[in-house]
Amino acid sequence: MSLLRRLSAGVAPAFVVLAAIAVVALVMMVTGFDPVAAAQAAVRGAVGSEFALFSATLKRTTPLLMLGLAVAVAFRAGVLNIGADGQFLAGAAAACAFGLAVGDAAGRSVLLGALAVGILAGALWAGVAAWLKRRFNVMEVVSTLLLNFVALNLVGFLVRGPLQEPTGAYPASATLLSAARLPLLLDGQRLHVGFVFSVGLAIATWWFFRSTAAGFQIRVTGASRTVAASAGRLDVDGVQMWSLVASGAIAGLAGACEVTGVTYALYEGLSPGYGYTAIATALLGGLNPLGIIMSAALFGALGAGADAMQRDAGVPAEFATVVTALVVLGVLAVPGVMKNWARITGRGEQ
Amino acid sequence: MSGEGFALELRGITKRFGATAALNDASLAVRSGSLHMLLGENGAGKTTFLNIATGNLQPDTGAILLNGQPVVWRHRADALAAGLSAVYQHFSLVPAMTVAENVALAGPRLGAKYNRREAEDTVRRIANNAGLDLDPAAMVGDLSVAAQQRAEIVKAIARNAPVLMLDEPTAVLSPPDAAQLLRWLRGFVSSGRTVVVITHRIREAMGYGDEVTVLRRGQTALSAPISSTSEQEVVAAILGATDTRPLAFARQHSTAVRQTLRTSVLALHAASVIDAGGARRLRTTSLEVRGGEVVGVAGVEGAGQYQLLRLLAGRISPTSGRVTLPPSVGFVPEDRHRDALIADFSLVENMALRGIEARRGVMPWAHVALQVQSAITAFDVRGGDVRSTASALSGGNQQKFVLARELADAPQALVVENPTRGLDVRASQEILTRVRDSAAAGSAVVMYSSDINELLATADRVVVCFAGEVYETTLDSDAIGRAMVGVR
Repeated sequence: MSLLRRLSAGVAPAFVVLAAIAVVALVMMVTGFDPVAAAQAAVRGAVGSEFALFSATLKRTTPLLMLGLAVAVAFRAGVLNIGADGQFLAGAAAACAFGLAVGDAAGRSVLLGALAVGILAGALWAGVAAWLKRRFNVMEVVSTLLLNFVALNLVGFLVRGPLQEPTGAYPASATLLSAARLPLLLDGQRLHVGFVFSVGLAIATWWFFRSTAAGFQIRVTGASRTVAASAGRLDVDGVQMWSLVASGAIAGLAGACEVTGVTYALYEGLSPGYGYTAIATALLGGLNPLGIIMSAALFGALGAGADAMQRDAGVPAEFATVVTALVVLGVLAVPGVMKNWARITGRGEQ
Repeated sequence: MSGEGFALELRGITKRFGATAALNDASLAVRSGSLHMLLGENGAGKTTFLNIATGNLQPDTGAILLNGQPVVWRHRADALAAGLSAVYQHFSLVPAMTVAENVALAGPRLGAKYNRREAEDTVRRIANNAGLDLDPAAMVGDLSVAAQQRAEIVKAIARNAPVLMLDEPTAVLSPPDAAQLLRWLRGFVSSGRTVVVITHRIREAMGYGDEVTVLRRGQTALSAPISSTSEQEVVAAILGATDTRPLAFARQHSTAVRQTLRTSVLALHAASVIDAGGARRLRTTSLEVRGGEVVGVAGVEGAGQYQLLRLLAGRISPTSGRVTLPPSVGFVPEDRHRDALIADFSLVENMALRGIEARRGVMPWAHVALQVQSAITAFDVRGGDVRSTASALSGGNQQKFVLARELADAPQALVVENPTRGLDVRASQEILTRVRDSAAAGSAVVMYSSDINELLATADRVVVCFAGEVYETTLDSDAIGRAMVGVR
């Protein structure tokens, strides 16, 4: 049984990813694209050079990893936070506004302030849904999803109004001064310190779930609300509310890192659906923070490869989105498939 | 006993799960038109037998015969199509659908238009005939365990199958309901159907069955007509030659301890409970439980004992009135899977569930592992070690583990709810002995049981819940039984 479990934890996700890529390759062939050329371009664009690895793949991995962790914290508590994208935007907008307002008057501390404000904004954004759930029993799937659109429109308003760059020509904010920017990790590469934060955060989250009382309370609540409230006397609604707020805080940090580490400015297209890909990332990683490091790198590479595929091979990048979607479906189907297989072969529980 | 041939035969069945043989050359022959009782301890292989008979599991060796013809089930649907309907211990109901919809879903006319009135009438008719109190329009997810059990039984009957197999159908029913169901099954077989009932209750088997088969450690230990065997013989077959302890639970009151501990530990002061739906579940109730005594609680389903026990365990708050609770209360809820254990968590994690709300900082996993180790030793929990998941344990061992966990910090009070549900004779006795021991050590103990004899054997005094009111009765099965149905 433990071998079976290990298989489903390690091999199954890899299998799902390969199967998804195979299906998409087939669709490419049928629709008249050359899957081999596409694959070559994608691999070159994702890991083919130092630039591809650091400035494309790992740069994209950073927000996906943080958002994947954010999603995992909520999912582990049994809260379906579909709103990581909105919380990411809230964090980015707040961090950018703070950075622009303070300028370089306060030296490097403006950066810390911007990150803190981003965390706070993400927490507040998720906090709206958490409060609605607790107070009025509003389903978080609906509220967090809808708040994504509110966040997107809020950013649209900000970059055309209060935060618009001085010339007023573009729907974007002014550029952050260097004091408010995250340092880059390597000369000539776009990879920034936020990547180190994200990996550190993954390890910290792993430890949090494994070793702390709060992490255990979250896992128990997510596994069974009735057991949490009956075997223990946990306030399960409270645990779920705070997990959603914490999830939003992490997503807000991701947004703050993106704006201070990559774009240096706020605009509407800041997130190409990172918050949704993060759900796939979290699920493919088995909601395990260490697994999410791997899956975030994979989706980072997939995104970078898709760009290159479109640029160099003329194959639409949307094919990569289809891979992501198929991976989510595959990962969700795996437990059921494994269970049936175990039942049929009699290797399950009696 | 009318038919000559066998409706269902299992011959020489062997089934292994890894290294352990759940069934080892076991056989069962069920005569057409008979009510056949299948008995055995937990882990004797009864449920595996049922799963093989109904196509959920494939036997390693052996044959299944239906009306004398060898058959092979590839899937549960094959057995269903051939006329074998079953009620499993773990329910297969859709919580978000009504009872009538669930029954219709399992029916043969899937694809036809769903007629709500017709479906509800069918359920009402079957339920009334079988004496199963059931609201066809109720949402299954809102039903109690006992009502879900009744819905499962009605669903199986509605399939109109010639052979009906029931796994522990009476385990969660109150004694009058169980008796009525068994009486109805007697009538059902007299109309030519064949019924197999898996049970732990020997009296039920002896009182209502035509024939009995006893499984012991995966082998058929006894197979005989009820009329030609005796209770002693059946008990001996269940327990094996080495163990012929008397069945009745030996009541060992340590009067010395109880006289010294007369202080009130748990108390309700004019407490009442109104549930989220606005229904008054418990009327104004006052109750005192002293250290060293076991207060038994009886009541038919939904009479208020559920709320009474949770008030006393500190799991819910009263709508009005007050509850006095000691610092530590152990609580063993009836539904292990829903309320007490997380099946795919390790025993260490399950142990740490107690008091989880007060935990802060870093989890002391090494310390909890030691607690698990001593619980396993002290309560003789078999089939697992500290690394096992809770699902690796059998039902009886899970229950022992839960009780061990709740008693680990020697709580001042212990609240247990049907603690022997689904357990065999031996495991039941062990659990009840532990419950009494806890009282003897000074705890205030409250125990609900749907088995009056169990209450009589364990409790010092008994209160009965009826329609949300709580009365104290004399320690007498007639008095308790009458109070349960509202006759005082």
